[in-house]
Amino acid sequence: MKLIYEKSVPGRRGVQLPDCSVPPHKARIPSSLRREKSAVLPEVSELDVVRHYTNLSRKNFSIDTNFYPLGSCTMKYNPKVCESVAKNEGFSRLHPLLPQLRNGGILTQGALKVLYNSERFFAEITGMAEMTLQPMAGAHGELTGVMLIAAYHKSKGNNKKRILIPDSAHGTNPASATIAGYSVTTIPSNKDGVMDFEAFKKELTDDVAGVMLTAPNTLGLFNSHVTEICKLVHEIDGLVYYDGANLNALVGRVRPGDLGFDVVHLNLHKTFATPHGGGGPGAGAVGVIDKLRKFLPVSRIEKRDDGTYALNYNAEDSIGYISAFYGNFGIILRAYAYLLMIGADGLREVSDHAVLSANYIRVKLKEFYDLPYDRICMHECVFSASRQMKNGIHALDIAKGLIDLGFHPPTIYFPLIVKEAMMIEPTETESKAELDAFIEAMKKIAQEASDNPEELHNAPISTPVGRLDEVAAVREMNLSAN
Amino acid sequence: MNIPDNLYYSKDHEWLLIEADNGTVGITAHAAEQLGDITFVELPEIGAKIGQGDELAVVESIKAASDIFAPAGGTVKEINTELDNAPEKINSDPYGEGWICKISAVDEAELNELMTAEQYAAFLEEKD
Repeated sequence: MKLIYEKSVPGRRGVQLPDCSVPPHKARIPSSLRREKSAVLPEVSELDVVRHYTNLSRKNFSIDTNFYPLGSCTMKYNPKVCESVAKNEGFSRLHPLLPQLRNGGILTQGALKVLYNSERFFAEITGMAEMTLQPMAGAHGELTGVMLIAAYHKSKGNNKKRILIPDSAHGTNPASATIAGYSVTTIPSNKDGVMDFEAFKKELTDDVAGVMLTAPNTLGLFNSHVTEICKLVHEIDGLVYYDGANLNALVGRVRPGDLGFDVVHLNLHKTFATPHGGGGPGAGAVGVIDKLRKFLPVSRIEKRDDGTYALNYNAEDSIGYISAFYGNFGIILRAYAYLLMIGADGLREVSDHAVLSANYIRVKLKEFYDLPYDRICMHECVFSASRQMKNGIHALDIAKGLIDLGFHPPTIYFPLIVKEAMMIEPTETESKAELDAFIEAMKKIAQEASDNPEELHNAPISTPVGRLDEVAAVREMNLSAN
Repeated sequence: MNIPDNLYYSKDHEWLLIEADNGTVGITAHAAEQLGDITFVELPEIGAKIGQGDELAVVESIKAASDIFAPAGGTVKEINTELDNAPEKINSDPYGEGWICKISAVDEAELNELMTAEQYAAFLEEKD
């Protein structure tokens, strides 16, 4: 397919602009800031543009067209009804400044009620006392969470310097802790694939501000020491942070607050079925236990005695503003609609089916691929391509082979602690028939890896472009149009 | 697997060549193979004082970014700036042109923490 620049014909236009009625202000713009040559833009008609992008979109691979088993990044299907709710003009055309204007609050009661009720729902789901919906993404929620931990220690005069994080964590955990001013100590995993309890206890000294845990972890495994870990951290007045990236495995069944966690972040764009992955935007709601409530960012949404809702900016101990306005409202609204639609029983079924689907794939494929941690998993399972490597086939080749068979590749080479990792998360939204088709495709690739490995090195062959040169793309990046 | 006899090895897959009390640091052929095609190396600063096990450099491949830890403490006195334009030298010649930096005043006692070629080969086997 040609690039739109290659379709350019000199002089061709999509729109005819009227002559500019404003005199050019060349004299006032310093010559150093003025363009010497005209910008290089494609010269095409409206129909050229429509056809170009329609054809491009037909080559797109998405959850709307195919199964998307990305591990560690819950890519489930988002019900379209949530989209239609978010398109309601009463919400989509609201100006975010309106509730702050005089008498504006009364015109935004519906939106404020959505935010207020969403906070109550998420607090109930996580077992937290209070929530903020403001963080704009998962990593933003993480940073907010660690800032809340720091605010707590500062208010108590605690001299804390370190955060403990297991080696299987998402890279955003150490990044968030570092940006918030802590140094990070990495705790190794044990042979069962969870944080080594003895190594953890050795590192848990008085200077530890907190521990960041993902439960289940990125191997899809649940740490059975979790309540004991929380208890030990509390004994040194530390706080335990729950990374909600994998809540899809527990939602409706287990509440982080009941396990002893103090701060929880949620990826609404994962567990609560709002769009993400290149589209987004995300939403990283953060919940806290009662003693951290006063540190939450402003503004807070309050329900007054007369039943109306209002924004409160008076919070002396708050960590302050972390984003403009109230978070990604349209995304929160979709998550709220999703919760109202499926209810508490539906949420329990989400985690039941997510876990069942992952274990089904784990058991069906373990004969064909190495399974470094062979035990019951939660919502995702991690295979290794080390068996196939003996024939020169890497996880990357298997991933590319899946594309030719109509499936999006799983996450590969993460978590880092598994060699040639292939991390598969089917989610609860795929049928058994779809899972079976995926399993057959994986078996077929395993067969090809032993019979005909050269063929797999050439995959994918069914896509508009074949195997991309990822190394050259990084080493010789060229983003210019010509 | 290529594991030269004249080097010391760390559990994090760095190698150390000792000449008098000066050391040259790089990553092993095993590490380079695991990382895949290396696309970027963040080198330490000349003059930086580092302790054994401290973060020394960062190596990025198309798969991941990995910290490189100092196999022994000392002062960074030379860095391989060739890697700025040709990071692939770590893949093609990990023990030669793919060296990362040189450190001076290495404490001999710290070498006891490291492995010989034979021990490193056994360590890799056990890991598999």
